[in-house]
Amino acid sequence: MSLTLLNVIFAVVVAIAFAAANAAYLVWAERRGAARIQRRPGPNINGPFGLLQPPLDGIKLMAKQLIIPGGADKVLFIGAPVLAMYPAIMSFVTIPFSDSIVAHNINVGILMIFAFASTGSMSLIFAGWSSRNKYSMMSAVRAVSQSVAYEIPMLITTITVVMIAGSMDLMEIVHQQSSSILHWNIFPLLGKSHNILMPASFLIFFICTLAETNRAPFDLGEAESELVAGFHTEYGSMGFGLFFMGEYANIVIGSCMTTILFLGGWSCPFGLFPGVWWFLLKLYLLIATFIWIRWTFPRTTIYGLLNLSWKILIPLSLVNLLLTAGLIKVF
Amino acid sequence: MSSPIQLQTDETFVLNVGPQHPATHGVLRVKMEMNGEYIVNAETVIGYIHRMHEKMGENKTYPQYLMNLSRMDYLGALGYSHGHVLVVEKAAGIEVPERAEYIRAIMVELNRIASHLFWFGAFVMDLGGFSPLMYALQDREYILDMLEAVTGSRLTYCYFRFGGLYNDIDDDFIDAARRFIPRMRKSLIKYDKLVTGNIIFRKRLEGNALLSKETCRKYGASSAVARGSGINFDVRKNEPYSVYPDFDFDVPVYHEGDSLARYMVRMKEMEQSLRIIEQGLDKLPDGPIMPKKKPKLIKPPAGDYYQAVETARGSFGVRLVSDGTKTPYRLKLRSPTYSNMHLFDESCRGMMIMDALAFMGSLDLVIPEIDR
Amino acid sequence: MIIEKTKLAFQKLLPATEPEPPAVEDPGEEVEEEKGKKAKVKKEPRQNGVIECDYAVHGYHLDAQVAPEQLIEAVTIVDEAEFFIESITGVDWIKEGQIEVVYDFSRYDFDTCRVVIRTRVNRDNPVVPTITTIYAGANWHERETHDFFGIKFDGHPHLIPLLLPEDADFHPLLKDFKA
Repeated sequence: MSLTLLNVIFAVVVAIAFAAANAAYLVWAERRGAARIQRRPGPNINGPFGLLQPPLDGIKLMAKQLIIPGGADKVLFIGAPVLAMYPAIMSFVTIPFSDSIVAHNINVGILMIFAFASTGSMSLIFAGWSSRNKYSMMSAVRAVSQSVAYEIPMLITTITVVMIAGSMDLMEIVHQQSSSILHWNIFPLLGKSHNILMPASFLIFFICTLAETNRAPFDLGEAESELVAGFHTEYGSMGFGLFFMGEYANIVIGSCMTTILFLGGWSCPFGLFPGVWWFLLKLYLLIATFIWIRWTFPRTTIYGLLNLSWKILIPLSLVNLLLTAGLIKVF
Repeated sequence: MSSPIQLQTDETFVLNVGPQHPATHGVLRVKMEMNGEYIVNAETVIGYIHRMHEKMGENKTYPQYLMNLSRMDYLGALGYSHGHVLVVEKAAGIEVPERAEYIRAIMVELNRIASHLFWFGAFVMDLGGFSPLMYALQDREYILDMLEAVTGSRLTYCYFRFGGLYNDIDDDFIDAARRFIPRMRKSLIKYDKLVTGNIIFRKRLEGNALLSKETCRKYGASSAVARGSGINFDVRKNEPYSVYPDFDFDVPVYHEGDSLARYMVRMKEMEQSLRIIEQGLDKLPDGPIMPKKKPKLIKPPAGDYYQAVETARGSFGVRLVSDGTKTPYRLKLRSPTYSNMHLFDESCRGMMIMDALAFMGSLDLVIPEIDR
Repeated sequence: MIIEKTKLAFQKLLPATEPEPPAVEDPGEEVEEEKGKKAKVKKEPRQNGVIECDYAVHGYHLDAQVAPEQLIEAVTIVDEAEFFIESITGVDWIKEGQIEVVYDFSRYDFDTCRVVIRTRVNRDNPVVPTITTIYAGANWHERETHDFFGIKFDGHPHLIPLLLPEDADFHPLLKDFKA
């Protein structure tokens, strides 16, 4: 019992460290990547390749005064950034990086991660509402409609995968895909399902991850050309820093889930040398795609965003769910 | 999708967009009465950087006023100077050597491309796409370098003189301009692939903020705002001035009247400007750049003179009322964005805020030019 | 030709001035004739009427001076002929004790015709009817002219300072304005 407790505490510490390090260095990667796309050098002064930039930014942010606007709801205003960070950290506890590297595997891991992920939009709502700023308020309202719209196709797609695997255990889902690339859930050829719509499912899941993490082209909550900075307009100092880190931590979680559910987790495409390196490779490739998309596409509109979800993604994911259910019955 | 809908006017709130707001590109303020995301009513408040250029025009002598014009519009400054020198030359009866006129046209067109490039980047940035701005600025940099070498400044040029120019162009400039033309053509194709074909971009702009011909006429819109609504109006063609009749170029006109049409007009205009520069370099005559006999003191005879030119932002007019002294009696500057921006209040009703700001971007606003 | 048509329409509105020789009224040519003569004959104030001007010299084709009460009719003429509004401005003729309000109109098609409509009001009580009912785009131009010259546009829906600060009670383009 006490060993398990120690184990969990250790895991949480490692998860916080992993999330924070990732968040900090993804900012660096994002800035370098953006610079690469835009034909400019990016941060390159502090340290080799500008690698000291994130810690210095962190020190700068922490040294700044946290200004609370007059008339703001103080408790929620301070609580919101914390709420942005914690679900991401909690989710790391149950994500398996390889056969042995998992803090605490539970047999309903998917459920837990989605439960925490949906509390993420609470932080946006709290921040938007408590700032006493009309732009923030509008952003909060957008965030609600956006997270409602995109959680549905995301969950339906996940259910499809769960049906194929017959388990909500993340380890089990990976194990079933571990033979070769043809057993991955994204490719329907040799896996349990022979559903040819699975690549579409993968795309739906990926788009939903983009939307759920408020990334361009779905960054309607932030939308700096319309809503100034949306929900974190009034935040400075580490309040802003936490939102920023929360965003990147959520990206990591989203990419981890995509890797586990569709890309075979830590299994090698050819069944050789499975291990954590494969997981990290897939993870960072996905994150690079996030960055690439952000610096390529303009922002969608709020009605375009909702139309995409309610009129295309949800019907499509439902069709896929039905088809998968039928195919499992047949084979 | 962005068609105006019937709104209930109760339960609205006022959203103050600006004077400091990322989408207004300057100190423009729009008081928007909102119903959720929808705009019920909007009132534009301008004048935050009003500098009273027209009063300065009455106090300064004609040559002293030359540099004021480029402070009006910091992106397409040469077009405004062109209008000013043309009206004074017309009033005072100063002959301009042909070479000077050709160089003026080349410079104005280069400046027009620079201005459109900046607009292009800023417009896509308004829509949330960051990278095109950097590409556009890089191309603009070539133009600024060329103009700097000849005019001595990068942004607020004071290059035109009454009767000619301050400085002749040299072979370096001609080489640079000739190298620039094919490079720019390539870039335009790249922009087309990167931005124009993007589905999110098109979805946002198609059908966004439809402007009818009648609205344009009632407000006096010009430039791409009018040409995007199917009005074939370009002062360079309608009332040819300077050496523009010598050039073979088209005026792109789109009939949709939406923001995409306005975007397309400006993109096509850059190609036409390249054509003009190419022809100008080919036809460039030799000769002086200043007239042989130039009046020492410019004193146009009393009278009322008007000159319209096509700047990057539309039809710019200068009305000069002279009383025969060395300062103008009255100098009215008709700025094109002033009229274009005026459309916004009426047209954005019933639109969502993000559509309205995309529309505002498509108007190509330069606030110092509105406020004068 | 739109110039002829518009001119005819104006002449119908302003019949009294038809016989007047336009050359006298054309200030540009007038001064060229009198070049050198410092002591000018005191000019007659211009009568209301329409003049066809030399485009190459002045940059516009028709110059109509109307009385303030005829303004709405005159602007209706150009509106019906599908002109667009270019600008509205004023000129302070302090020696004559009058302010001139100048309306510029032009056309979108290739039948080029620039029309200037002027109207003169007393400096003491400058009131001109608004044309915002005809041209919605006149709104800002009239507010600007009100800012600079203090001309009251009768019936204007929202005549508050536009370019000047909202509490401005001065009119900088008046010739007797001292900063």
